[in-house]
Amino acid sequence: MHILRATIIKDSKILLRDRVGLFMMFFMPILLVIVITSVQNSTFELVNNNKVSLVVFNKDEGPMGSQLVEALHKIGLFKLQMADSSMSEHNIISVMYDKDALVAVVIPANFTAFIQHKADGIATRALSDPDSMQVKSLAAPELTDSLQMFYHPVMQVSFRQSIEGALRSSVQVIQGETIVKKLYSAVNQKEIPTDLQKQILFSQFPITEIPVSRTGSRTIPNASQHNVPAWTIFAMFFIVLSLGGTMVREKNSGSFIRLKTMPASYLHALYSKQLVYLTVTILQAAVIFAIGNKIFPYIGLPALHLPKDIVALFIVTAVTGYCAVNYAICIGVFANTPEQSNGFGAISIIIMAALGGLIVPSFAMPAHLQKLLQISPLHWALEAYYGLFLEGGKLGDIWMNILSLLGITVLIQILTLYGLKRKNLI
Amino acid sequence: MSISAIKIQDLAFQYPRQEGICFKNFNLEITAGERFGLFGPNGAGKTTLMNLMTGLLKYSAGSIRLQDHEINDHPKSINTIFGFVPQDFSFYPELTARENLAFYGAWYGLNKKQIKIRTEELLNVLGLASVADRIVKSFSGGMKRRVNLAIGVMHKPQVLFLDEPTVGVDVQTRHAIINYLKELNETGTTLIYTSHQLEEATELCNKIALIDDGKIIAHDSLDVLLEKHGHEGMEGLFLELTGKRFRD
Repeated sequence: MHILRATIIKDSKILLRDRVGLFMMFFMPILLVIVITSVQNSTFELVNNNKVSLVVFNKDEGPMGSQLVEALHKIGLFKLQMADSSMSEHNIISVMYDKDALVAVVIPANFTAFIQHKADGIATRALSDPDSMQVKSLAAPELTDSLQMFYHPVMQVSFRQSIEGALRSSVQVIQGETIVKKLYSAVNQKEIPTDLQKQILFSQFPITEIPVSRTGSRTIPNASQHNVPAWTIFAMFFIVLSLGGTMVREKNSGSFIRLKTMPASYLHALYSKQLVYLTVTILQAAVIFAIGNKIFPYIGLPALHLPKDIVALFIVTAVTGYCAVNYAICIGVFANTPEQSNGFGAISIIIMAALGGLIVPSFAMPAHLQKLLQISPLHWALEAYYGLFLEGGKLGDIWMNILSLLGITVLIQILTLYGLKRKNLI
Repeated sequence: MSISAIKIQDLAFQYPRQEGICFKNFNLEITAGERFGLFGPNGAGKTTLMNLMTGLLKYSAGSIRLQDHEINDHPKSINTIFGFVPQDFSFYPELTARENLAFYGAWYGLNKKQIKIRTEELLNVLGLASVADRIVKSFSGGMKRRVNLAIGVMHKPQVLFLDEPTVGVDVQTRHAIINYLKELNETGTTLIYTSHQLEEATELCNKIALIDDGKIIAHDSLDVLLEKHGHEGMEGLFLELTGKRFRD
């Protein structure tokens, strides 16, 4: 115990005197969490609050082109900017860059003719004997020019598809309106009243979004709830840069040679590092969560709401930190140089973060990667944190994740012991 | 009858994946209480032998007995018998001299009180008391050498291995180290010492061995060897026995 205590004091003093190291361990993860949450928050706001800049080139001289523009406006997703309709494709691209627009839509010249022709055909079929030869011979009209959507290549597929969906929905509203007008006037021999037209076309069924929560809480998860736990795990595992490098430097230094000739076991040095750096990872998480909870609202970010089960939060954080520390020690034992430790350590953490669902949600991954993600300790840590932060769960709801994380930690420790024996370090 | 501090019999050792045998049928006995100097040119095997005697390297055949304990398969607890002062600085430069001594003292199994007393003693004897609470990183080369030595003798070992303890130091520090080692020897500590400083053989050692290519080429007291080979100083003897070709 005396040896362990002396070693803990030694490791703590060395750590506390390395100001650059401390800066890297505390300030950089905080910066990382703030930057990632800000970026993700602006994506949230882009979809929910901000409007996508859309340039419209209306080449249609009939009413339907203007109605489509009006329908796009009513969706509320776009900030519309009208451009000269006579422009060539090359000029359209230039205008998009000039107006800093992500999307441009070109409404073709025969758009009104196409919609009306289609509405006529559908109304005629709807009001006629469906078996008559005249009806059967009515061919579906074709649009000679398509509706074109130009998009900036930075736009992700999912976002592009939602814009395309909005565009299709607007076209369908106009088509539906035209068909209803045709049918009404054919049946009633007069124009459709405006209020009835609106009632038919725009009385959408309301949809209420309800986040699932084990506690029944209806708090809507924000960018902080998603990102702060995820990137805290990442920061905790990034301790490999400090601890792995320290392990290698100590192993290659004269001090280690002397320790090997001493009566005490080198395992004391490993236990000390586990305890000292576990404390560091728990402090990292505590500082980041506190900043998320108290400081984020002052810098324009949504506040991080801490889970109700604080004991469970501490246990998950401690187990995650313990796993991160053991992973760093394992890398430090096998690496021969600090460069090997830092290079392999950093890249392996990024790979495990990607596999663990920190970068892309695990449900969006292909099936073969979904099996592979189970080997990533970051995945189990993230699942446990999400169980607490997003689902409002308690320790009983996330114990399987904690056990899995502990299981991976034990495997890492076995590998470390093998490395220590193979390298004649114990 | 004299008691052996170290007894090496039929030692064989070869570095893995390296050509050439370091030691084969190597024999050496160092009596308890001796100030034994191990001299030889670069690559002769001095540091390798030191690492084998301290258990840092495992030998493939033969035996090295430290007092009555076989080095290859002894429990770690008997490492309290000896101290080791490696050639490289073997301490934590981020800690102060006092903190280094406290840490290594605990690893040698000393209790808090023993550590405190011994630390003050060594800091005073080795002239480090005034800088005891300064970070070792800021020390001069000579001060670092003295810290390196102090750690090795923290637990008052019965046998002390020193691998070039005076390399790169000024005359004053060398003088202080040699004097301290003599005092330590007078209290019963066996010194096993390697160096390139040939004059230290005269100043410190009462028995020397010259080794080259993993073999002992001379082993006796310095006076006997000088007389036997007809030399007045260690340098002439050294060059006669090991030759003048470069070894590095």
